[in-house]
Amino acid sequence: MIPATLQANPELDRWVRFDTVGLARVAFGKVEYGQGTLTALAQIAAEELDLPLSMIEVVNAATGAVPDEGMTVGSMSVESSGASVRAACAEVRALFVAKAAERLDCPPEEIDIRDGVLLVNGLPCGEDYWTLAPQVDLVRPATGQARWKSPDQHRIVGSSQPRLDLPAKLFGEAFLHDIRLPGMVHARVLRQPGPKARLAELDEVAVRAAAGGEVEILRDGAFVAFIALREQVAARALAAAEAHAVWEYARDLSPALTEPASLKTLPHTDHPAGAEPAEGSNRRRHAATYGKPYIAHGSMGPSCGLAQFKDGKLTVWTHGQGVYPLRQMLVRISGLDPERIEVIHAQGPGCYGHNGADDAAVDAAVIALRRPGAPVRAQWRREDEFGWSPVGAAMHIELAAELDPSGRLVDYTAEIWSGPHVGRGRSLAELALPKDPDAPPPPPPPQPPPGAPRFSGGILNAIPSYDIPASRTLEHLVVPTPVRTSSLRGLGGPVNTFVGESFIDELAEIAGQDPLAYRLSMIVDPRGRAVVETVARMADWSRRWSPGAGRGLGLAYDRHRDRAGYCAAVAEVEVEAEVKLVKLWCCADAGLIVNPDGARNQIEGGMIMAASWVLKEQVRLGGAGIATTTWDDYPILRFSEVPPVEIELINTKDPRPFGIGELSQGPAMGAISNAVAHALGTRVRELPFTREKIAQALLA
Amino acid sequence: MRRTIELILNSETRAVEAEETAPLLDVLRNDLGVSGARYGCGLGQCGACAVLVDGKEEAACLLPLEAVEGKAVLTSEGLGTPEHPHPLQAAFLELQAGQCGYCLSGILIGAKALLDRNPDPSREEIAQALDWHLCRCGVHNRVMDAIALAARRMREGAAA
Repeated sequence: MIPATLQANPELDRWVRFDTVGLARVAFGKVEYGQGTLTALAQIAAEELDLPLSMIEVVNAATGAVPDEGMTVGSMSVESSGASVRAACAEVRALFVAKAAERLDCPPEEIDIRDGVLLVNGLPCGEDYWTLAPQVDLVRPATGQARWKSPDQHRIVGSSQPRLDLPAKLFGEAFLHDIRLPGMVHARVLRQPGPKARLAELDEVAVRAAAGGEVEILRDGAFVAFIALREQVAARALAAAEAHAVWEYARDLSPALTEPASLKTLPHTDHPAGAEPAEGSNRRRHAATYGKPYIAHGSMGPSCGLAQFKDGKLTVWTHGQGVYPLRQMLVRISGLDPERIEVIHAQGPGCYGHNGADDAAVDAAVIALRRPGAPVRAQWRREDEFGWSPVGAAMHIELAAELDPSGRLVDYTAEIWSGPHVGRGRSLAELALPKDPDAPPPPPPPQPPPGAPRFSGGILNAIPSYDIPASRTLEHLVVPTPVRTSSLRGLGGPVNTFVGESFIDELAEIAGQDPLAYRLSMIVDPRGRAVVETVARMADWSRRWSPGAGRGLGLAYDRHRDRAGYCAAVAEVEVEAEVKLVKLWCCADAGLIVNPDGARNQIEGGMIMAASWVLKEQVRLGGAGIATTTWDDYPILRFSEVPPVEIELINTKDPRPFGIGELSQGPAMGAISNAVAHALGTRVRELPFTREKIAQALLA
Repeated sequence: MRRTIELILNSETRAVEAEETAPLLDVLRNDLGVSGARYGCGLGQCGACAVLVDGKEEAACLLPLEAVEGKAVLTSEGLGTPEHPHPLQAAFLELQAGQCGYCLSGILIGAKALLDRNPDPSREEIAQALDWHLCRCGVHNRVMDAIALAARRMREGAAA
């Protein structure tokens, strides 16, 4: 079978070329944002081509230069792109072996490749990839016939390799933000306070006076940009404009919309799935309500976009998650043919999902299209990134369970109110630009027929990963949300695991069982059992003490998206006025691990981010949108608060790889929640677990 | 007011004509061609723009250019090069202490300031010294390990 993205981009030379002696140029459509994708995919290519990693040259992602593999999302790069790179490279290698066999008149089985040199019966035959390259036509569609290596043959896959992108980040220029093009101008964009807001007045004289230098003011509908040769001039113009702009129909949100429970008051559509409620006798029923607020991506660098419109051609540099999807958006906005638009990826701050990157790129493109010639750099401020990039959706979750007389969980219902966790709708600039009266009305968003597959991300892992006889979800999809929501690492999955695993501990307590034993009694899959048993051993679960002692040990487990990697975590905490993390443990089975050190880095980072979500983070709404616009308003976990983390990876030679990037957050959140409940002897059911929430729970 | 201001940037005397109140960060990035100090918040809350001014750690986003007139300013470019990395940079690479890397050059500067005043810091002292530096990817433990490793190597180097 040909992997999907290879099928969509079948010509082999789009994936591998041998243009420069000593190097294989390898191209793929996934991008790096610190998660290690580039290195892992290069390792897969090196493995199948029998080249050292140093002879792999990865092509920077740009439209035209790399295969179209859509977005880099969903912890899927090694699974999906990795499968294509592996198949393409294995087939390319096989073509070179076949060509050498033909030239040397020997059976292909006698030919091997080491470091790019073709060997016959173990001895160099005088040919290598580069001498044979002129005779091997790679402009041909993949057949999917070549066999790739099995894990026991791997030499590079499965070995820890340093990340290819890291050195630049330690020595200076590394990011899109650092690019300075000749003649470049700096732009700042005044944000429309809500999608319906209309700019009634802008005192341009005052803005120009405050700018303290030559500034160009670009106005088109509610889109207003300030452009200057010196960045500071544009920055001062924007600050003055914010003080002087008069808006009509500006959004004015009630701060009460900050609370997850407010989702129940907003318009929503209902999407039930799963088993009908079953009749049962002699059952004990338990119900509980949980909440998770809106969460920010909190990228360390505010988004930045760079664009140039010259000779009818638009070039855009972006640190977004995919060059082809952004090009599609730019086609829609500019009316240009796709061939006239080039989108080039450059490194950016970690985004963990859909942050402001696309919007900033569109800002730059919209400005560049209106003033051809000079490159335009649109830099967001910290308050723009917090205030205007999409946020992770708030969720209000009501759970109900029935236990049989032995305490076994036999029926489970998760009712979830949430905005969408996916959605690359229109960019901010598009919403602000005037609607073209002659343009046909935009097509209504496609409505899947009732019962058809639908994906909002809200019910991932909504049913805990156990053998439960009957379960169902009822998703209340809130559209529109008060502020824009979109993808943030794991979508609804980690939240559902936090909630479900907290609830499982509640059920274990009702059943009078130890949380570890209770879980193991419900896991049939041996791989699931193995991660839970391993993490319990790592954390010495048997020392667990009585609840309410101010010190807690908590456990949680899930299978990522119900279909991928297995992960279990244990947290140890101390709680006085607030929660102190003592230590975190994790055992993960993500199948074949390409880069073990990279996997550990991702798993640990996911756990630290999850800890930050649980203990600290909450986007507050109010006024025109988001009221938390600085790091003081939106604290995240700091160095002095980060606990030691211990990680074990198991089953790493399984032939099939699963995603790593989203694997650990749900179990980490659940484990911390359960540890806090164990320490307190009572449960906090709404994030974040701040000093106030702890006090409330203790008083209740 | 625009005028020519001299400073010693990464051991090299540089003159720049700019507004004396312009944030040092903007002048470094837009006029002096160094990118190691990164724009993160503009409010001194995140540490991404940290530089050393005469050996003291400062947020370049809050510092007016005139405040560094005649002074020595160090960015991550001044620590070392890929060919000759500073022990901190070498240790960060060795332990792969980074993900997106946006915070790292500020953290390197914070670590340099720490090791200059305390060549043998405990884990708690490292955490305290870096506490205003934010990292979103969650590489804190690797960063602290890398700083401890660099400190050990530098002590051994000094003793040798």
